[in-house]
Amino acid sequence: MVKKAYGFDKPIAVQYGIWLGKVLTGDFGMSIATGRPVTEELFRALANTVMLSAGAVIAAFSLAFVIGTFAGYRVGTPSDRAVTGIAVIGVSIPNYWLAIVLVIIFAVELNVLPATGMGPRGSETFNPFQWDHFKYLILPIITLSLIPIGIITRTTRSAVAEVLNQDFVETLRAKGLMEAEILLHVVKNALPQVLAVMGLQFGYLMGGSILVETIFTWPGTGFLLNKAILTRDLPVLQGTILILAIIFVTTNLVIDLLQTAVDPRLKR
Amino acid sequence: MTTETKTPLVSVRDLNVKFVSREATVNAVNDVSLTVQHGEVLCIIGESGSGKSVSMRALMRLLPERRAVISGKLAVDGQDVLALKGKELAAFRGGEAAMIFQEPMTALDPVYTVGHQIAETVRRHTGCSFEEGLARALELLELVKVPSAKRRLNAFPHELSGGLRQRAMIALALSCRPKLLLADEPTTALDATVQIQVLILMRKLQQELGMGMIFVTHDLGVAAEIADRVAVMYAGRIVETGTVQEVLTDPKHPYTKGMLSSTVHGNMRGQDIEAIPGSPPDLRALPTGCSFGPRCAFADSHCLEQLPPEVMLGNDRLARCFKVDAAPAAADAGSVPA
Ligand SMILES: Nc1ncnc2c1ncn2[C@@H]1O[C@H](COP(=O)(O)OP(=O)(O)OP(=O)(O)O)[C@@H](O)[C@H]1O
Ligand SMILES: [Mg+2]
Repeated sequence: MVKKAYGFDKPIAVQYGIWLGKVLTGDFGMSIATGRPVTEELFRALANTVMLSAGAVIAAFSLAFVIGTFAGYRVGTPSDRAVTGIAVIGVSIPNYWLAIVLVIIFAVELNVLPATGMGPRGSETFNPFQWDHFKYLILPIITLSLIPIGIITRTTRSAVAEVLNQDFVETLRAKGLMEAEILLHVVKNALPQVLAVMGLQFGYLMGGSILVETIFTWPGTGFLLNKAILTRDLPVLQGTILILAIIFVTTNLVIDLLQTAVDPRLKR
Repeated sequence: MTTETKTPLVSVRDLNVKFVSREATVNAVNDVSLTVQHGEVLCIIGESGSGKSVSMRALMRLLPERRAVISGKLAVDGQDVLALKGKELAAFRGGEAAMIFQEPMTALDPVYTVGHQIAETVRRHTGCSFEEGLARALELLELVKVPSAKRRLNAFPHELSGGLRQRAMIALALSCRPKLLLADEPTTALDATVQIQVLILMRKLQQELGMGMIFVTHDLGVAAEIADRVAVMYAGRIVETGTVQEVLTDPKHPYTKGMLSSTVHGNMRGQDIEAIPGSPPDLRALPTGCSFGPRCAFADSHCLEQLPPEVMLGNDRLARCFKVDAAPAAADAGSVPA
């Protein structure tokens, strides 16, 4: 009876085909746990995650690119070693641990930032452009930025150092360009490599972090996935994973296009 | 060549370049002095590692400042090159003096078009707009005989052949009408036919524009083709200078002689080629005496103990060797030494 109602009597592949067919018409089915349409839950969660990841992307990518370039220009000096050291620490610290430490320091001890949640009156009324709402974004964004900062800093540093070792930089000096103009050439040459890594990190961030969103009770995709796993809410799980996969693939496609726009040699 | 007494275009006095690292100090250039007049072509010849490129880079201030210790006097058109800073240095590079490198494959920025790279240089030095720079770039590509120059303006370096890239490099170097062109083996990486075309082009442009030029090469044939005067370098020192005629037909220094007789000529079939025995000294620990001494067939104990002085053999003609006789006056040195 139940088997028939949900179509479980058909082979798995067929079931998946039917589901995909419905997805194409925008029908992701109903959540087993809440009875509401999956699309509703999914897109609300996605919007919440995007708010966090956009913040992390802007903060982490720009910061990492700047300090990575700085270190790439000074390979082997103490300041380079300091930057690389911080980057290594950044990628090695588990971010759920950092999340808890940040909460202890800023929420519990100093009591300047909220520990959990999304806005003072819940996620429905959240408005990131208002300071007492924005406060709720700060700790999760810092936590999420940590790993991308570490990885992108390292990549930028080695890409910039590699470009600086190339012969054409000497030509740029020999023709009388100022250091700032040379920097532009160097950055443009280093960019394709950095973009590849940024794309991956962007994909991960868009996927939301189950651990970080759970610690901060941030109602994003990670939080949704966690809930769906625990309640065996298959339609939600399946829909969320499909959308995240699509985002990941699209990101990589966009990155590939950006790379060819920057470096004409990649066109063939 | 001019014999006027006005200031020479290039005047290098006692140039020394050392590369200092924790492990060792490399004496790449030692007491090099040379002069180039306006509109004159000086060829520097010498084997790999003799310090030719380092001398060129010192003239352009392209050596890594942290590791390269430069001393001596470098003047280009009366300007003290070692004293230049910031804006002045940028105006000097590419404006007064320009440089062409050996590897056309890697000397251009791969992610900008050829036109862009020339135009930004023109804009930098003349303060014109980028569009005017592009117009000048087109002119220059036509000047260096790049076929369908208009299309090549928008080409990326990887879309051009080695020969065309080197022409583009020459166009870039000439873009702001420099008085001095430094060419560091600009034809070595090209295949033979292209090599000759580029060489003829450079000679022609040099004469038309009246530039002075220092042309570095291993190839005596190239030197014979393009040079007015020749300086032979060995282990960071200039061992012989003179006009191209004098040096190539009547070499005085044993190293120059050895180099000439170890060169393959067209009519040498069946003859043995004499290679110079041994190898050049370690620049981290130069011998106290003549650096060519250990390899020299004519060397005696004196040569190995003391650094030979520069012996004037005539007008602008000298050799650093104990075994040559100084010319009594400005006349040419007649007798061949030992
Ligand atoms: N940046 C540097 N740091 C340390 N040593 C250097 C550096 N540049 C050059 N040298 C050393 O200086 C010496 C002279 O090098 P240089 O490039 O001038 O030779 P070259 O005469 O141009 O040879 P080639 O014909 O192969 O181009 C070499 O022993 C080289 O190892
Ligand atoms: Mg060289």
